[in-house]
Amino acid sequence: MSIASQDSAVKNNRTTMVLIYVTLLVFALFYLVPLFVMIANSLKPLSEITGGNMMALPKEWTIEPWLKAWSTAQIGVEPTGLKPYFINSIIMVVPAVIISSVIGAINGYVLTKWRFKGDTIIFGLMLFSCFIPFQIVLIPMAMVLGKLGLSGSVSGLILVHVVYGIGFSTLYYRNYYAAFPTELVRAAMIDGAGFFQIFWRIMLPVSGPITVVCVIWQFTNIWNDFLFGVSFGGQDQPMTAALNNLVQSSTGVKEYNVHFAGAILAALPTLLVYIVAGRYFVRGLMAGSVKG
Amino acid sequence: MGFLEINNVTKSYGAVKVLHDIDIDVDEGEFLVLVGPSGCGKSTLLNIIAGLENLTSGEIAINDQTVNHIHPSNRNIAMVFQSYALYPNMTVAQNITFGLEMHNVPKAEREAALNDVAKLLQIEPLLNRKPGQLSGGQRQRVAMGRALVRNPDVFLFDEPLSNLDAKLRVDMRTEIKKLHQKLKKTIVYVTHDQIEAMTLSSRIAVMYNGYVQQLGTPSEVYNKPANVFVAKFIGSPAMNVIPATISIKAKHAFACFEDGNGRAIELQLSQPVSSLKDGQSLLLGIRPEAISDLGNEDRNVNISKPFETMVMVTEPSGADTFVTLNLAGHDVVSRLRGDVALPSGTLASFTVNMDKVVLFDPETENRLDIG
Repeated sequence: MSIASQDSAVKNNRTTMVLIYVTLLVFALFYLVPLFVMIANSLKPLSEITGGNMMALPKEWTIEPWLKAWSTAQIGVEPTGLKPYFINSIIMVVPAVIISSVIGAINGYVLTKWRFKGDTIIFGLMLFSCFIPFQIVLIPMAMVLGKLGLSGSVSGLILVHVVYGIGFSTLYYRNYYAAFPTELVRAAMIDGAGFFQIFWRIMLPVSGPITVVCVIWQFTNIWNDFLFGVSFGGQDQPMTAALNNLVQSSTGVKEYNVHFAGAILAALPTLLVYIVAGRYFVRGLMAGSVKG
Repeated sequence: MGFLEINNVTKSYGAVKVLHDIDIDVDEGEFLVLVGPSGCGKSTLLNIIAGLENLTSGEIAINDQTVNHIHPSNRNIAMVFQSYALYPNMTVAQNITFGLEMHNVPKAEREAALNDVAKLLQIEPLLNRKPGQLSGGQRQRVAMGRALVRNPDVFLFDEPLSNLDAKLRVDMRTEIKKLHQKLKKTIVYVTHDQIEAMTLSSRIAVMYNGYVQQLGTPSEVYNKPANVFVAKFIGSPAMNVIPATISIKAKHAFACFEDGNGRAIELQLSQPVSSLKDGQSLLLGIRPEAISDLGNEDRNVNISKPFETMVMVTEPSGADTFVTLNLAGHDVVSRLRGDVALPSGTLASFTVNMDKVVLFDPETENRLDIG
């Protein structure tokens, strides 16, 4: 009797597994279709797209659309390709991510290990900044940037993204450091380490997982931001704004293959960040929730 | 003037006072243990000595210098934490020398100090490992090494043994005592374990509710507890404290109990009769080892007349057998020799070593300092 029931339990298990895998496979294919369409069409001559099947593989393979999107496509009035805007985005995103992460880490360190009166209120207010919609701050931000003489520049964009990023980065680091044993900080104090020495020598070396989370989050958000880029970019617009200009241009022939290539180019850095650091992302999000 | 002076130290969190006028002088080379149940303020006091917490009023002085406003790193103290607090990203060697590095000690000197300490604590093979690769006992040694290497005036230990398993704890206890005998450093040691307090200390401060209940040598605290709290906290099993009435007959004072069946038990006290009054009620404190079964008592002390009573529970523990007997309706624990044969539920006769009996005032619960 018990053997029979065991048998059926195993069988049940197997059908469930098959079902789960089939479902997962279907969904994976479903999600991969857009990527397939983008890559396949970016490698076709335009005639194949306009005259044929979007879903088909290219008959004649070509990297011409990629080269065009990168260096010669018409963006607005200049035939510069996406290259200068890609560089703009890099120049904007790298400092913005680094600065907002560093400030977030220091904030988290202070808010957990150098507690002061009203620290929870300050943290609450910083947390609140995570939930303010971008649209609300557009006009005040434009005025501030104007007063600082930073409007229409990459530096201005960096400032905007740093200000917006601090809320999230502080949240990440504060929660991570809250689980960090305070006795270690006290031991370091008795050992004679100062405020920044404790931060640099004791806290930062064990902040790897949360730094990965913070960097991925900030990088993705800042890279993908469109609204601030369009509003405050001026001449130095980031990749997202340029892609829009490329795709939305209302004159001439719509070069879909170039558009697809451009879109992939715009998505590539965030994709890379996920592939390189993705497994740490989950690990970092889970850190502290389970001991060991 | 003590080497470490704690003068009228008070600590409040808002309206809540957690330390009340703590006043302790510690001599150089002394091993002071702060002991008490959790929440008694002992760790707060230690943190105040270390400078990790501010005091509300009073003064801490080390080596004749007031340190109230001196940063922890400049008080020349070292602290061993309950969790060891080893820096997880550094090797054992880096952990030990971190403090020296922060105080700008040259590298050669650091190396020399590290080698001395590693040899003393026998942790030389571990120097290149990370704390995560060490066992509990090894981490404990490294934490002590980190404290020793700075050659401080005062060592502070915050429950350093409570994360170790029972056997290792006893070994490390002996180790710490040996270390103290060898180095003769001033130590303040916090624990909730009264056995650690008794075995390690040269003086004990028993704390409760933010007050020092008693400050004295282990023998003073054990034999002459200041009050019922200290009597019950120090010693395992705890001292038996039972209410009794004094009756004075023929120039002798007796502590009398009703045993519930109308029969009276009378124990003749060693305390001088002049200091007691007929009919006075008080609390009688009897250590478990002061009770003997009839025929096995020490003949050199004042023993009471034997009384017969019921054996409630017998708990053999190897070297000793703990026998709970009924005395005037109270459960009283006695510590008898290991091979005693007193099954529970039988009647047996016992005597009490009256020289070891202490008396407490039933109102204040303080010890009556007589005899």
